[in-house]
This record gives sequence, structure tokens and C-alpha cells, in this order.
Amino acid sequence: MTSELDIFVGNTTLIDEDVYRLWLDGYSVGDAVALRVRSGILEQTGATAAVLQSDTMDHYRTFHMLERLLHAPPKLLHQLIYQIPPSRQALLIERYYAFDEAFVREVLGKKLSKGTKKDLDDISTKTGITLKSCRRQFDNFKRVFKVVEEMRGSLVDNVQQHFLLSDRLARDYAAIVFFANNRFETGKKKLQYLSFGDFAFCAELMIQNWTLGAVGEAPTDPDSQVDDMDMDLDKEFLQDLKELKVLVADKDLLDLHKSLVCTALRGKLGVFSEMEANFKNLSRGLVNVATKLTHNKDVRDLFVDLVEKFVEPCRSDHWPLSDVRLFLNQYSASVHSLDGFRHQALWDRYMGTLRGCLLRLYHD
Amino acid sequence: MPGKLKVKIVAGRHLPVMDRASDLTDAFVEVKFGNTTFKTDVYPKSLNPQWNSEWFKFEVDDEDLQDEPLQITVLDHDTYSANDAIGKVYIDIDPLLYSEAATVISGWFPIYDTIHGIRGEINVVVKVDLFNDLNRFRQSSCGVKFFCTTSIPKCYRAVIIHGFVEELVVNEDPEYQWIDRIRTPRASNEARQRLISLMSGELQRKIGLKVLEMRGNAVVGYLQCFDLEGESGLVVRAIGTACTLDKLSSPAAFLPACNSPSKEMKEIPFNEDPNPNTHSSGPSTPLKNQTYSFSPSKSYSRQSSSSDTDLSLTPKTAPYPQGPRIYLCPSSPSLSCGSLHLKKSCLLLSESSLPPHHSSLVSPVLRKSVSFSEELFLAASGMGSGSAGKEGGPFKALLRQQTQSALEQRGGSPHRFCRRREFPFFTLTAFPPGFLVHVGGVVSARSVKLLDRIHNPDEPETRDAWWAEIRQEIKSHAKALGCHAVVGYSESTSICEEVCILSASGTAAVLNPRFLQDGTVEGCLEQRLEENLPAGCGFCHIPYDELNMPFPAHLTYCYNCRKQKVPDVLFTTIDLPTDATVIGKGCLIQARLCRLKKKAQAEANATAISNLLPFMEYEVHTQLMNKLKLKGMNALFGLRIQITVGENMLMGLASATGVYLAALPTPGGIQIAGKTPNDGSYEQHISHMQKKINDTIAKNKELYEINPPEISEEIIGSPIPEPRQRSRLLRSQSESSDEVTELDLSHGKKDAFVLEIDDTDAMEDVHSLLTDVPPPSGFYSCNTEIMPGINNWTSEIQMFTSVRVIRLSSLNLTNHALNKNFNDLCENLLKSLYFKLRSMIPCCLCHVNFTVSLPEDELIQVTVTAVAITFDKNQALQTTKAHVEKSLQRASTDNEELLQFPLELCSDSLPSHPFPPAKEHLESASSNSGIPAAQRDRCSSWIELIKLKAQTIRRGSIKTTVTVEKTSPMGEGNFRNRSAAPCANSTVGVVKMTPLSFIPGAKITKYLGIINMFFIRETTSLREEGGVSGFLHAFIAEVFAMVRAHVAALGGNAVVSYIMKQCVFMENPNKNQAQCLINVSGDAVVFARESELEVVSTQQPAANCQPACTGGEVTT
Repeated sequence: MTSELDIFVGNTTLIDEDVYRLWLDGYSVGDAVALRVRSGILEQTGATAAVLQSDTMDHYRTFHMLERLLHAPPKLLHQLIYQIPPSRQALLIERYYAFDEAFVREVLGKKLSKGTKKDLDDISTKTGITLKSCRRQFDNFKRVFKVVEEMRGSLVDNVQQHFLLSDRLARDYAAIVFFANNRFETGKKKLQYLSFGDFAFCAELMIQNWTLGAVGEAPTDPDSQVDDMDMDLDKEFLQDLKELKVLVADKDLLDLHKSLVCTALRGKLGVFSEMEANFKNLSRGLVNVATKLTHNKDVRDLFVDLVEKFVEPCRSDHWPLSDVRLFLNQYSASVHSLDGFRHQALWDRYMGTLRGCLLRLYHD
Repeated sequence: MPGKLKVKIVAGRHLPVMDRASDLTDAFVEVKFGNTTFKTDVYPKSLNPQWNSEWFKFEVDDEDLQDEPLQITVLDHDTYSANDAIGKVYIDIDPLLYSEAATVISGWFPIYDTIHGIRGEINVVVKVDLFNDLNRFRQSSCGVKFFCTTSIPKCYRAVIIHGFVEELVVNEDPEYQWIDRIRTPRASNEARQRLISLMSGELQRKIGLKVLEMRGNAVVGYLQCFDLEGESGLVVRAIGTACTLDKLSSPAAFLPACNSPSKEMKEIPFNEDPNPNTHSSGPSTPLKNQTYSFSPSKSYSRQSSSSDTDLSLTPKTAPYPQGPRIYLCPSSPSLSCGSLHLKKSCLLLSESSLPPHHSSLVSPVLRKSVSFSEELFLAASGMGSGSAGKEGGPFKALLRQQTQSALEQRGGSPHRFCRRREFPFFTLTAFPPGFLVHVGGVVSARSVKLLDRIHNPDEPETRDAWWAEIRQEIKSHAKALGCHAVVGYSESTSICEEVCILSASGTAAVLNPRFLQDGTVEGCLEQRLEENLPAGCGFCHIPYDELNMPFPAHLTYCYNCRKQKVPDVLFTTIDLPTDATVIGKGCLIQARLCRLKKKAQAEANATAISNLLPFMEYEVHTQLMNKLKLKGMNALFGLRIQITVGENMLMGLASATGVYLAALPTPGGIQIAGKTPNDGSYEQHISHMQKKINDTIAKNKELYEINPPEISEEIIGSPIPEPRQRSRLLRSQSESSDEVTELDLSHGKKDAFVLEIDDTDAMEDVHSLLTDVPPPSGFYSCNTEIMPGINNWTSEIQMFTSVRVIRLSSLNLTNHALNKNFNDLCENLLKSLYFKLRSMIPCCLCHVNFTVSLPEDELIQVTVTAVAITFDKNQALQTTKAHVEKSLQRASTDNEELLQFPLELCSDSLPSHPFPPAKEHLESASSNSGIPAAQRDRCSSWIELIKLKAQTIRRGSIKTTVTVEKTSPMGEGNFRNRSAAPCANSTVGVVKMTPLSFIPGAKITKYLGIINMFFIRETTSLREEGGVSGFLHAFIAEVFAMVRAHVAALGGNAVVSYIMKQCVFMENPNKNQAQCLINVSGDAVVFARESELEVVSTQQPAANCQPACTGGEVTT
């Protein structure tokens, strides 16, 4: 006796959260059944393995059919085929678009192309996440990227509107899209200590301050082919950043800046002498990062540079985070007292974001 | 030009990409009705087109309106090649044709393609303007309401229940026409869908005509089925119960969408409404219907038959049955068809356990006594009908005659008399209180037929004759049981190649005549009323004469009233009457059986099958009886026995809900007797088994909370000698045979049902008894509407369909292995259901409906549809007592509601057609009074009838006062309801589906019309669609979606009495192909949550949980 066909269709589509998780994690039906057996469900319910097998198959089939709709979540809401309560719909979508930290760190900043997709095998082996799950996550990134790529307006809002994600998840996707678009390098060994959250935090700050949409410069001429508002860094701004060079190139200005910072921080900083000794190096590093951002290559290396030029030197001198904060605050504020420096606004736009990023990046 | 149909195509969404190059679609829509087609403009390059078309207007006959579906086709425009069809939507506009239902159909419909499934949605608005039609002889029956629900729909009240209506329509199956060889599968499927849609429209119209002719205005318990006879054609047949319904002036009428008479008139300029009850407060039926009774019935029927032949869908091929048929010769069945006619009948009675000494006889003898031979039947029926008067129970007979005359003479004219008298059948399974007087037992009949092509369209009567034959048999079975009517009646077929088994079954019953007819009986019988009818046990009392029992039965005095005889076990096909006293909870009981059969052709095959049938019936019955005893219960409700025929086997599946009726005696246990008493180990084995069985019974009693009050034997025992004496007395008068009396005497007080183990088969039987695993704790299941013993349903429901197909290993199959496979299949399926629905615990699976089919040699397909309803366990404990009180209060409200009709009937209907019926009854009344008083004492049912009368009259006297009281809370209810309505609408989009006739925790405020849909789905890429499971899963989900969409478009939020009547699945994995046909139906309704209708809330669940309450009453 073999079962040829075995289905269960409810007027309200039954969703088993546990099975959904197993399915999302890319387990085969057999593995999923084994995992469920291990969870002790048979003892709890008095069911047999055959029942579990049939139930798992059924759920997998349902999820497989729903997957097509999950690719365009608004469709899931308007479709008539599966009657699913709104709370369940939200759960289905949210879980489907959720991703693994380990996975996202591997692909963050990489081009979401076929080439990367081929590397998923390696990522799967490296992270222990099933290939199936890796594919789903990668395809999700790519799908979201494709949809919002050409859109104007707030990146987060666009993601939220087209994929009906929670605010948090939409922000994460905005960061992923932003990183993928700007191809920031995140995979270097130096950067391994950073979490996705760190990068997402930086991405949000950069989207808010360094992109075209950030300045509120709504295109006066709607027909003009403006770059995507939230996706790309403001080219003009990057160009202008060259002007900051003077802060390190002009010896007097640099000395004045240093003395202002040192006066203000004397006695307040535990690592004052180290700071005093390193000031010029640090300042040069931060300003040089700014001036190089016109080159795409250097944009990509932004995080590498920040870690190399600022985070690592401070860390080697054992600066506590509070001292870093005090220093950075004073460092950016003191520029306002430099009479010969005319690009105050530009400096604030740059340093305001950078300060936030550096504080976030500064940890072990 | 009696009607104008208006259609507007608004928009589409989620259309499929039809142009690969642009990834877009240039869609336009064709709207077709009859032979007229309109087109919208092409909406270029969009997957979400906005057509916003003008109103397309079709001017059509109302006849066409009833028959034809509206056909909407969405196409992709292609400049160079032929336009590609995206898919279609068929809309049945019937709900728009009667004024109480929907006024507009508007909403998103899935666009369906038989090859690709659902491909996007389309927004459509449909309206109908009906004009005044003065032609009295028209062929349409607009206005007759149809309900699938097998009880009186919740917001109506039955004025008269007229009786059985049936009709069938035959056509060639497009799949088997020559043209099918050259057209695409899509075209073929669409032709089939369209034809069936047309045929069911036509069928419904014809049934409607019959109802109008009977002066009814509605069909309740409407069941329409398709027989796919393959080469020999396509049969669409329907049965139902004609009623005159009156809308209850409940809060429902005040809902925004509902009809206030004035509004109705404006919207639908349809004055000559054949349905007298359009206006809820309108006068009662007969007055308005006089128009029909005036027309000479003869000319009327001639008219209908002649036009029947004019009216054909495809003139060249369509064969039609003539509208009115006259079954004058049911007694000579062989005359009806040239084909082989084999018939084996079987009667499943409310049969008592067989006496011990009988069961020790050789089995064939025993079997014979159960599966009655035909001769026995003839004798029995003769006794039941013709000479009932002089045999023993003259009063019973009188009652019978009266009701029978009520059943038969409604028409009044002699012509009608002979046409309609045939079948006093009712497809209802639940009845207004007081309707059901006695229940005799299950009657069923089966007949094996050989299908042959319906060559001559003018001779479609073969099928009709077949059914007439079966019905005749059922009727005579009922008579043998001393019953004049059959309730819970249903018909089904099983077809395999050219062999077809026709089955019909129902419950023989004695009904209260006052519901069947106007209240004339009332007056004549008043004088005899004495005391109250014992509550909750009346229906159990035997209707047949205990001296002439058509089968051996063991009778005792009713454990409830102690006055009437009851059988020890009762089998019925109906739902548990609401007033029945039940102890504990009920449970689903199934008997499963397979029998191998040699492959054979034609007549040999039919003979083989008909030889097997009685044995199967017998074994199924034995199994049911054993399982019932094992559960410690004594009655079965909702019994449905399905016999399915396949190439090389027959399958029998019986499902029923077992309960413990307080009125029936406590069932004895099961005793096992061995054949070889000398073998020590054998003995030990037997005793071991016995212990296991006893344990199981004890466990079940605990599980289902069966603890009947202890009754000392003397109370029951003492009155027994008396009837014996009486029976002797009577015997001297009547001609009842000695044999029967002997048999009666031979029944002692039996404690146990003896199972004999004389061979391995029997051993297996016992084993299989014990393998049925009870559902996990927190789960209950039943196949009736409600679960006895559970009353606090929450509003969470989940309707589902589950399908399983297993392939049997073809190597040396034995009956035993087959049985085990089948048993495992069903048990595993149930286990799966329990597991899947575990999150709903505590919950009950209600209306569990199993269907078995044998699509191929080694395949068994089981389809289950049921609804899981959660209930509140804690609340149950608290409220039991409160409910008892409530139920008492409620009883009074119920009464008052019920008594409205007899009174109104008396006043309203008497003047309208006083002639023949009144006369008839005067006569019968006079004959009644002539009966000596001494005899009267003996007649039990007579007294019961009188008691019934008494009750009615008494209730009648309070009526006026109560109704005044009643109006005020109702008014309040309306008020609240109106304010609550917007809240209910906020949850738009969710459409509930349930096979039950009600929605727990909610009140149905409006019936929007019948949903009856037929779909075909085919694929040539089975593997790509996820194999057979993926294919069927998607299809069933799509069917649900289409049903929901239609209900939503009608303005409804639920489907009740939903049923999947057919799910025919065929696969050819080698060709990567599969095809499936599904037919579903139900009633579209609007419901409102009870919390929003607080005032009314006490009434609705009250009716449902009554048995539970009364059960509580007894146990406490």
C-alpha cells in the first residue's frame, strides 16, 4: 500500500510556524520530519511518523505554492486563492524576508549578480546555512534591489511599500541595497569583527546625510535625470569634500586645530598624551578619507580606511569609547573656531555622519 | 421580453503575462449570454487593465435567465495571430431572479482556465431587471428559492412542507462526442463545463416549475448530482423537498441590504411574483397562489411537456425527459428498460440484536433473515399498506391514512392526485419541532444497472424509470415498517465502466400531518386530547405493529415515558432531533468493507455485483452494530452507506454518529463464543479477547460520558407481561402469523450480543473492532450537524477537504488484506486530521463526510470534507446547569414559535381551497369517532397524536399574549443589529465555508441563493505542477477561492451546507497528464456575529444545543 496522493486543503490555509521555519531553513522533507521527531512532537500528540510525514509534505506543498506570491507580497494580500488571516500573512512575509546574520555578512556590499550567486555554495559550506536557504536570502536581496533600484523617494519607504516588511526589516533591507549599490567592501579580514548591525547603522546615517535625497534637494525639474535619491552618494558633495584637504595641508590650520582640541580636552581625557601625540595622524587620516571619496575605488574601501586610519590606532592605544566620543566631538566642533576655514557646513555634513559611524565601529 | 440583464466590466488585476516580448498583456473581454456577445475595448499593455466598460444589456426570456450562465472570457489581443484566451468566468445569475436574495452581483472573480487554473481576477457588476410577465403558462420558475440546507433555513418558517420533487436531464457528454477528437482539451473542457452549467440551470428551472405547481415557493434540501456515464451520456439529476416558506420577521429583515417591501417593489418591477412570501409580512401562501390553482392542471401540464421538447440546448442531440411523468406502473419494473435489470434489495432496520440462539445457526440462514428476500418484502409491504386497518393497530393505521392522504392529496384535482401520490419522501434531515412523530428505521434500496447509450433523445425515460423503481421500493420498505413517509432521503450512484449501482436510502417515519397540509385535521381530533406528549422520546417509539414486525426485533418499554414500546437499537439517516434526550456525547462510527470481485463484462459483471451486494450490506450492518455496542451506545444518526463499484472490487463505507438515547434500553455487551471449546489455549485466547472488549466498552463509556441513571429491573420488567396478553388478544382478531408471535416470545431479556469466532475471518473481525483508535483527547467527531453533548461552540471554524489515494500492491490481494488496507487508509486519514487540527483543541469535527471511489484497478480514493469547530471546555462545566434552566425557558419560546403555523393555517388556508381536503377529513373524522373506546386504549400512536394536538391547542391559547411580549425584544434586536451592521462589514474579504447549516456564534440574517459550481482542471505538465498532490491541492484551493469569490460578489460572507458532491480524479503519469472534475454546492448567506445581536442570541444556539441541555438534565 503506497500513498499516491495525500492532500489537505483548508478554507483557511493552515500555517504551522515550526514547519515554516524548517522550510525557510531549507531542510528537505525528510530532514524536517527527522527534526520534528526529535522535537518530541510525536510524544506530545501521540501521532505516528507517517502522520508527521504527511503533515510535513502538505505544509511544504502549501509553502511552495505560496512562494510565488511571497515574491511580491502585495499580491499575497490581494490574491483570492488562499484565505489567510492578516496576522498570518504578515508573519509569512516577515519570516520569508528575514535573513541570517552570518549569510548577510558574506554578501554585504557584493554585487548581487550571477557571479555572486555561484559563490553561494562556498558561503553555504562556510556558514552552515543550507544552500537552499542561502539562495532564498540571496534572491530576496536581489529582488528587493531590483524593485527599488529605479525608484525615487525614501529607500526605506519604498522597501516597506513594495514588500510590506516591518519597519526594522525594511531598514535592514535599505542598508543591504545601499551597500550593494555602492559596493562597500565589508569582507576584509580587518572588518570581520564588525556585525551587520554596525554596517546597517552606518548605512542609515549615510543615507540620511550623504545621499542626494538627504539634503532635501527635491529635483526642481522633475524631468531631469537625477540619480536615485537614496541609493547613490551625492556626487557634488563628494566633489566638495576635496575642499577639506586644507585642514591637514595647511600646517598652521592643523596646528591651530590641534591646540584647540588639546586645550579643550586637557584633563578630561584618560589617553590625553596618546591623543596629543597621534592627533596629526588621526586628523590626516580622517580628512584624507574625505578627499579621496571622488574615486569609486576609495568609496568602496571607506570602511577599510576608517578602521585602518582611525579605529586601529586608537584601539592599539587602548582608548576607551568615552574618550573616543569626547575626542571626536571636540575634533569636529573645534573646526568652527578655525577662522581661516570656510567650509563649515560641508565639514558638519561630513563629520557629523563620520563621527556616528566611527563610534559605532569602535569596538572589539 | 421578460428580463434585461446588465453587465459591466470594470477592471482586471494580476493578469498573466501573455506577450513574452513586452512582459505585458493587451487584454479585452467578451461577455456572452445565450447567443449574444459583447466586447470591451482592448486595454493595451497592462497586467491591471481598467476597462470601465459601458453597461452591456441583454434582453432575454426569463427562461434563459434561469438556464444560461453568464459567460465572461478574458482574451489577449493579438494583431497578427488569433487572440489568446486568458480564462473565463461563469456567473450563475439565478440568485438575482428572486427578490429576497441578492440584488446585484459585484466583485472580483478569479479568471479560470481549465489548463492553467486561476490567472488573475476580473471585477464585474451584474444586474437584472425583470419585467411583468402575464403569461401564466410560462416555462420559467423565477422566484422559487433553492436551499441546499437540509432543514428549514434559519430565517424562514415552514408554512407547509409539500414533499418530494425530483427531475433529471440527460445529454451526451461532450468529452465523448466525435468532435472531441479534433478539438483541444481546453475547448472540450469548456464545452463540458458550459453544458453542465446549462443543464443544471434547466434542471433547477424544471424543479421550480414543479414546486410552483405544488403551490410551494421553495426547495429545501436541494441535492443535485452528476452521473458521468461515459459513452452513454451525462445525467444531471436533482431531488429536494418542496416547501412553502415564510420569512420570519426577525431583525434580519431590517438589515440594510434586506428587503423592506416598498424598496423591493421599486428595485424589481416584477409584480407577478410567483413567490407569495416576498414580503415578510405578506399574507400566507394559499391566497396568493390561487392563480395557479385556477389554471386547469391538465392543460398546464400538457403545456409544460410540449414546451419541454421545444426547449433544447443543442437541438440535434439533446434528449429530454418530459416534464411531468406518470409513474403508474412501478410494480412492473422489468418493463421499463431493455437492459438487464437486476435488483437486490436490502433493508437496514432499526434492528435489534439477533437472539443468541439465532446467531448460533449457520450463517447463511442468519444472513437471509437480515437481507430480506424480495418476496418477504412484498409480503411486508402488502401488510403495511393495504390491510393495515384491520391488523392490530387500527388507530395507527388511521393516523397513517390521514397523513398519507395529506401527503397525497395536496393537489386537489384528481389528475394531480395520481401524479404526485408516489413518493412521500423528504430530503430534510432536521425538522421543525413536532414534525417527526415516530421513526421506524433506515430503509435503503440498491439496484444494479447496465448503462447503454441513450440513443433516442425522445426516450430519456430509462433513467427516470430506474429511479422510480428504486423509490417505489423504498416506499414499500417504509410501509413494511408501518411508516407512511421517508425522511432524510438521499440518492446516489456509483459507476464503473458500463455498470451502475443506483442507491437510495432514508429513514422510515411517521410524520405529523398538520405540517404537510392545512390544519383541517386539527378540528376533528381536538376532542381526544388527553395529556402531554412525553418529551424527547416520542420519535423512538415504534411505528410498526409489534405483532407484525417485519423483522425480528427486541422491544421494551420506553425508558423515558414507560408507556410505549421502543426497539433496543435505532438506526436513522437524519440528524438527532433537537428535543431528543441524549446521555453523554456522541461519536463517529464507521464500518468499512472491501470485497474482491472477478473482472467481468456486462451482464456477468452486473450479476456478480448484485450477488455480492446483500452480503456487503449485511456485513456493513453487523460491523456498525458491533462498533455501536463497543461504544456503549444504542442509536445511530446520519447513517450513510456508500457502496462503490470498481473493476475488481466493491467497497462499502458506512458512516454514522452513535449516541446513547435515554429512551432506549442500555445496550448489552459483546460476548465472544468460541467454536472449539475443548482447546485450552484457545479458551484462554477467547477469554483474553473478551476481557479486552469489556475494557474497551468501559473505557468508551467513560470517554463519552455515558452514565445512564440506574433503573431497577422491576420497573422495566413489570409491564412486559401485559402487552403479551394484549398481543394474544389481538392475534385472535388479526391474521398475523403464529411465527411472528413465536419469534416475539422467544426474545428474552438479552444482555449481550454474541460474536462467534468460528474461523479466522471472524477472529479478524473482532480484531478490527479493537483497532479503531479513539480520537486524541480534546477531539470529538461526528457526521451529523451537531455533536450531542457539546453546546458551547466558539466562533472558530475550519472547513477542509482532504483527499487520499492509495495504490494497492496487486500481488495476491485477498479480501482480508484489502479490508486492512482500506481500514488503515481511513484510520490514518482521521489521525492526520486530528494531528493537523491539534491547535484547535478542544474541538469537534462535525459533518465528517467520507466519499470513496475506485478510479482505477488498484487505486482507492477517499475524500473527506468536514468542519472543525472549537468549543470552550471550561464554560461547558459551568453552564450545564444554567442551560437546563435556560432550555426550559427556551422550550416555551420554541413552542410559541411553532404554534404560529397551525393557527395561521387554519385561518388563512381554509378559505382558499376548502373543497376536497376538507371533505376528506370530515369523512375520516367521522370514521374515527365510530371506533369503540375499548380499542382506542390500545392504540398507542393514536393517543400520541392526540397528545400532540393537546399540546398545540394549549400552546395556541397562550399565543396571543406571548407574541406581544415577543415583539418588543425583537424590536430592540433590530435596533442593535442595525447599529452593529457596519462592524460586521469591517471584516470584509473573509468568507467562511461550512458543511453545517449554521455558523456557531452567529446568526444567519439572509440567504442569498444557491451556489452550484462545476469545474474541470486538466494538466499536461503534471510533474512540473508538483505531481498529483500538487495538482489536486492547487485545484481544490482554486475551487474554494472561486466559491468564496462568488459568495462575496453576492454580498455574502459565508457558505453554509457546503458540500463537495463530486471529486473525480484521473491521472496518467506516463503521459504526465491528469484531469479532475469537481462539483460543489452550498447556500450563500450573510451572517452577523451573535455578540452584535445579543437579544437574538439566546434563540439560535439554543436550538443547536438542546440535546445537550436535556442530556445534562438527566445526568444531574
